[in-house]
Amino acid sequence: MSKQTAAPPSAAKAEEQQSSTGVMDVPPDVDPKLLKQERDEAKERQKDRLRGLSRDQSIELYRQMILIRRFEEKSAEAYVAGKIGGFCHLYIGQEAVGVGTISAIKKDDYVLASYREHGLALAKGMTARSIMAELFGKATGCSKGKGGSMHMFDKSLGFLGGHAIVGGQIPLATGTAFATKYQGTDQVTLCYFGEAAVNQGAFHESLNMAQLWKLPCIYICENNQYGMGTSLARAMSLSDISKKACAYEMAAEFVDGMDVLAVREATVRAVERARKDYLPTLLEIRTYRFMGHSMSDPGNYRTRAEIEKYQERDPVKLFSATLLEEKIVDQKTLDDIDHKVREEVEDAVRFADESPLPDASELYTDIYASPIEPGRK
Amino acid sequence: MPTITIREALNQALREELARDEKVFLMGEEVAQYDGAYKVTKGLLHEFGPKRVIDTPITELGFAGLGVGAAMAGLRPIVEFMTFNFSILATDQIINSAAKMLYMSGGQFNIPIVFRGPGGSAFQVSSQHSQAIESWYAYFPGIKVVMPSTPADAKGLLKSAIRDNDPVVFIEQERMYGNKGEVPDDPDFTIPLGVADVKREGTDVTIVARSLMVPVALKAADQLQQQGVSCEVIDPRTIRPLDIDTIIESVKKTNRVVVAEESHPVCGVGAEITAEIMERAFDYLDAPVKRVSGADVPMPYAKNLEDLAIPDVNRIVAAVREVAYLD
Repeated sequence: MSKQTAAPPSAAKAEEQQSSTGVMDVPPDVDPKLLKQERDEAKERQKDRLRGLSRDQSIELYRQMILIRRFEEKSAEAYVAGKIGGFCHLYIGQEAVGVGTISAIKKDDYVLASYREHGLALAKGMTARSIMAELFGKATGCSKGKGGSMHMFDKSLGFLGGHAIVGGQIPLATGTAFATKYQGTDQVTLCYFGEAAVNQGAFHESLNMAQLWKLPCIYICENNQYGMGTSLARAMSLSDISKKACAYEMAAEFVDGMDVLAVREATVRAVERARKDYLPTLLEIRTYRFMGHSMSDPGNYRTRAEIEKYQERDPVKLFSATLLEEKIVDQKTLDDIDHKVREEVEDAVRFADESPLPDASELYTDIYASPIEPGRK
Repeated sequence: MPTITIREALNQALREELARDEKVFLMGEEVAQYDGAYKVTKGLLHEFGPKRVIDTPITELGFAGLGVGAAMAGLRPIVEFMTFNFSILATDQIINSAAKMLYMSGGQFNIPIVFRGPGGSAFQVSSQHSQAIESWYAYFPGIKVVMPSTPADAKGLLKSAIRDNDPVVFIEQERMYGNKGEVPDDPDFTIPLGVADVKREGTDVTIVARSLMVPVALKAADQLQQQGVSCEVIDPRTIRPLDIDTIIESVKKTNRVVVAEESHPVCGVGAEITAEIMERAFDYLDAPVKRVSGADVPMPYAKNLEDLAIPDVNRIVAAVREVAYLD
């Protein structure tokens, strides 16, 4: 294992906490040899996919994934330290999904996400500073400290939230896709949601309209296999989510979400359908969150063995190993990237710490764009 | 000025605003080919085509949310609910998305959208199709709620709502579509949101009435005039934000108030108006504020029971006489 794949102290601490709060410690249900074989096969597939990418592109994908990983580790620390309030849903384990999909779109394309969106915001180009400051509830945050962890927005970068009612963003994204087609642009919309959102009516209503009206929306189901503490098997009669697209005659793909390049390739195909023919796509991207549902999740609904099984397929480790073995980069290059990313995250924490709280007057701003003052005649 | 129905006035407002701004589009169930379930959108498909006037599937949560998303990306949607009863399915998008987007995005995303359609009591359609739910929407900061009672108000307020930069819930009274009145034909005619209208001036008792209760209150005021009681009838027209100043001015003059509404009394707009009057003009009151509300029951089907559930002229007359200590 390469140096940067060693678990950082903060992640180790978090794992310890999970264990003490009840993750079941049972022997792996899968033979370690089989796990290694599976990982090696995944690596071989990834190596094949690497051929279509320039060195700079590959490095940038890695940089974004490691940035998200380090940012989220730091978020967990800050949460435990009491600097971040409320809910805090981390993206650790799912980095390849955000980075792979967003690498396939243009700057003016739209992204709408659920409440697990820090990593997606980073991938869309929002600064670590503006996101960390938002988590800290500071005036310099991307939503002026009014949205917090679940409501990150940046209009200039086409990042349209951060929505915290499960599935609520799916009709909204269908609407931005409607608007871009109405306006005659070639923009596409990426809409992210967890697999549990698929059980909401909003998902089905949206997919029906998107296919009926041919809207350029790509529905990205990040299937991390748990809706909070409820496993997919306990919540869905047909758990093969990509098949649900059949009900709407929509194109769909099942994608390995631990392979950033597989994610990217599938998204490229979907984006092409959307730009050329205004056709939507449903991508089921199978992934896994290494942390709890949120920072307050004891995690006693899944086994340590299961978590370890997926950690063997860690998307960041997989990609760094591929890059090293294919000699795209050497260890020093990866170390340098990691060093810079750590500095970037440290800087974001300092910035957030030092930033002012929102002024008390902000309580009553941004309620109406055209406020009606009392007594106006 | 031409005399037209509320239905025609709304149709004119939609036509003029669709013609005025390419970003405005209209969507909802049966709004296009069918010409609208209540014919408010008659002829608009023919005039503006299927890109601007869009029939939706029966999928209220979906198309309400689609509208909010379209507004985030620069359009100005008008979303018709065939009736506001069906908007209940869409409340997540109206409340959690439309009302809160500007605030939780730190001022980045305002939502210029109109949710409109008939609401309030209808004729003998029982409990699920006959109810006034304006207090639900008026509860939430971030939404504006408008309820016109005349053809001129309907046209002028709808045009303002479409031009407004915030989400507006625009509730047309289902029984009132055929009501007639004079309406200016100037395409620039608008009525500002948030401004109450004194529908009748008087000196003895203030009646605050909205939507269906405005014509009922005006009839009651006619009767009371013959009994020697001069009533001032105020129509807030916009429920949120409420033009409380106009109401308070009137209370200071008359010192007695009746609030008439067809909605349920509990946690209603009348309760809010009453509380505001108590807080701002308690010392001016010569009698407790009296509410006349719809019965606190689901709407029944039978004609006699339905009549009992909706306030009428007699109940308003009795309430006015009560606050004037005449009986």
